[in-house]
Amino acid sequence: MAPALPRLLLAGARPGRRWPGWLQTHGSGRTLAGAPAPAASEPEDSEAHRKILEEPLKHSDFFNVKELFSVKSLFDARVHLGHKAGCRHRFMEPYIFGSRLDQDIIDLEQTASHLQLALNFTAHVAYRKGIILFVSRNRQFTHLIENTARDCGEYAHARYFKGGLLTNAPLLFGPTVRLPDLIIFLHTLNNVFEPHVAVRDAAKMNIPTVGIVDTNCNPCLITYPIPANDDSPPSVQLFCRLFRTVINRAKEKRRQMEALQRLQSTKGAEGHGAAHPPPKVDANRPL
Amino acid sequence: MAAPCVSCAGALSFRLFLLGRVSLARRQGLWQTAAASLQTAPGSQILRLIYTTVVTTKKNVPASRCETYTEDFIKKQIEEFNIGKRHLANMMGEDPETFTQEDIDRAIVYLFPSGLFEKRARPIMKHPEQIFPKQRAIQWGEDGRPFHFLFYTGKQSYYSLMHEVYGKLLQIEKHQNQLRAKGLLPEKTETKDLIGSRWLIKEELEEMLVEKLSDQDYVRFIQLLEKLLTLQCDPAEEKFVQKFRRSVAIQSKKQLIEPVQYDEQGRAFSTSEGRRKSAKAEAVVYEHGSGRITVNGADYLLYFPITQDREQLMFPFHFLDRLGKHDVTCTVSGGGRSAQAGAIRLAMAKALCSFITEDEVEWMRQAGLLTPDPRVRERKKPGQEGARRKFTWKKR
Repeated sequence: MAPALPRLLLAGARPGRRWPGWLQTHGSGRTLAGAPAPAASEPEDSEAHRKILEEPLKHSDFFNVKELFSVKSLFDARVHLGHKAGCRHRFMEPYIFGSRLDQDIIDLEQTASHLQLALNFTAHVAYRKGIILFVSRNRQFTHLIENTARDCGEYAHARYFKGGLLTNAPLLFGPTVRLPDLIIFLHTLNNVFEPHVAVRDAAKMNIPTVGIVDTNCNPCLITYPIPANDDSPPSVQLFCRLFRTVINRAKEKRRQMEALQRLQSTKGAEGHGAAHPPPKVDANRPL
Repeated sequence: MAAPCVSCAGALSFRLFLLGRVSLARRQGLWQTAAASLQTAPGSQILRLIYTTVVTTKKNVPASRCETYTEDFIKKQIEEFNIGKRHLANMMGEDPETFTQEDIDRAIVYLFPSGLFEKRARPIMKHPEQIFPKQRAIQWGEDGRPFHFLFYTGKQSYYSLMHEVYGKLLQIEKHQNQLRAKGLLPEKTETKDLIGSRWLIKEELEEMLVEKLSDQDYVRFIQLLEKLLTLQCDPAEEKFVQKFRRSVAIQSKKQLIEPVQYDEQGRAFSTSEGRRKSAKAEAVVYEHGSGRITVNGADYLLYFPITQDREQLMFPFHFLDRLGKHDVTCTVSGGGRSAQAGAIRLAMAKALCSFITEDEVEWMRQAGLLTPDPRVRERKKPGQEGARRKFTWKKR
């Protein structure tokens, strides 16, 4: 089965080139109402495949990410602490609750809602077998982020970011390289307190981004910003844990759905004349 | 080309038409002359002949020499090598089964004798693994997902190595903190002996990882390994670190010590040679004596009237405080007086090594008594008066 989310078919693609199977046009998983076109497989397969992909989109919180955190847990992990008022970025003002002794405090209610959206989106991307890239340039947490990425079977780039990595990928890696389908920024700024190059490059390459934006960051180009503290170890550890849980959960769910679908197809093949309805898929059952 | 029909709309349209023809010519890729038509329409002027040049070669295409070798190509090369090896063994009349690489080298040297000085330019026949540089296989699977979790960094092996080493460092620190908290930390043990080995050089590391590295990367890696070494680590970690060290041959120059011989009277002596410039000397040093030095049959006082030369002869004994304890007989030829003195000095010092302790040999070596002086007369060059002296420069 070919995964969704084409990348290189957009601007700059040379026509008349044979694309490998996984670059065929599928419905975009980013927008919630995608109608995926089937690949070159049997009709029943594609029908079931389409159902697998469409099912999570019918629910607002299919993967139940809300239960993974609460405002209290965010507070305990010191997520609400921002930088001093002098470091404040203009575009972060909507997300700031107030300032205490000249230190900005982030509004955790907004953080919670943004986090829920971001985790939900991450889960959907992982469910559809997208490539997730964790990016950060803070050397304190490089090891932790790489471990997180390895534990959930995704990719990390917490090292020096080479210039044309996303924009010039075919030249750097090979002609048929697949770019990430989602980039998660644990730290949006690089070591000289400027926005990370990958923010702009992901926007150029139409790659959605999830990013933890602190009070001195620019949330503009990030698709799903999460206003939160990115400097304290407990905060970063909490976010790593959340992302890891969510991705693993989504992948597990996908495996279950596929196993169920395989079971259904064999049962359908056996009891062809019985015409009994396939067992109803209960999407909201706890995992 | 179609015959142009010139309208009498004026020069502008004609020029446009000409431009169109020029672009057509360019597309055809031929050297064309766009000749102005001499058809004169009423009212228009006769235009001059215009030449256009068209560049026929592609400009600035870099030499796309693909250095990647496919798996099939390498496999084919290996098969050909094995078949060729058997043929070679048959040619040489040896057993194909037990034909080793040394046999191959000898056979090639025999069959293709080459007078080239550069050894690497001579014909070789080696296994393709040693000839073709190591390549990387394609890094991602059918669905496009890369295999390695650090693929998108560009230098996955290097960064995964750094990650691993850093992980080990953290683990050891944590372990040591736990021991320290319980008070069980053993005190500073002996420092490891790192004398006989050196760190990998950058090229060796690049070869190991099959990746290009920068100098800063390499320096960082070595710093990390050294930091790991400063902590007391288990044998497992030490084994890991030893993978990145190469043994280096201890460079101490082993001084060749002449064997002691005995003559008819039973006196112990030792002989040795020395050279300086074009003087050759051979000295026989007797273990017990009274400090007499005989050069070419004559006493050294007569042979070397100059004090400086005699001082040179005495220097080895004076250095070891054995001035009146040895007898020396030497023969010398060639060179001038100073060169002969130096040659005899070297010969005496080398012969003396047989009668003294190892430490004293080392001291003599450090004093420079056992090193032959490499300075020889520099040749005169054409266009100059001497080796260095140039002819007098006249301004005009």
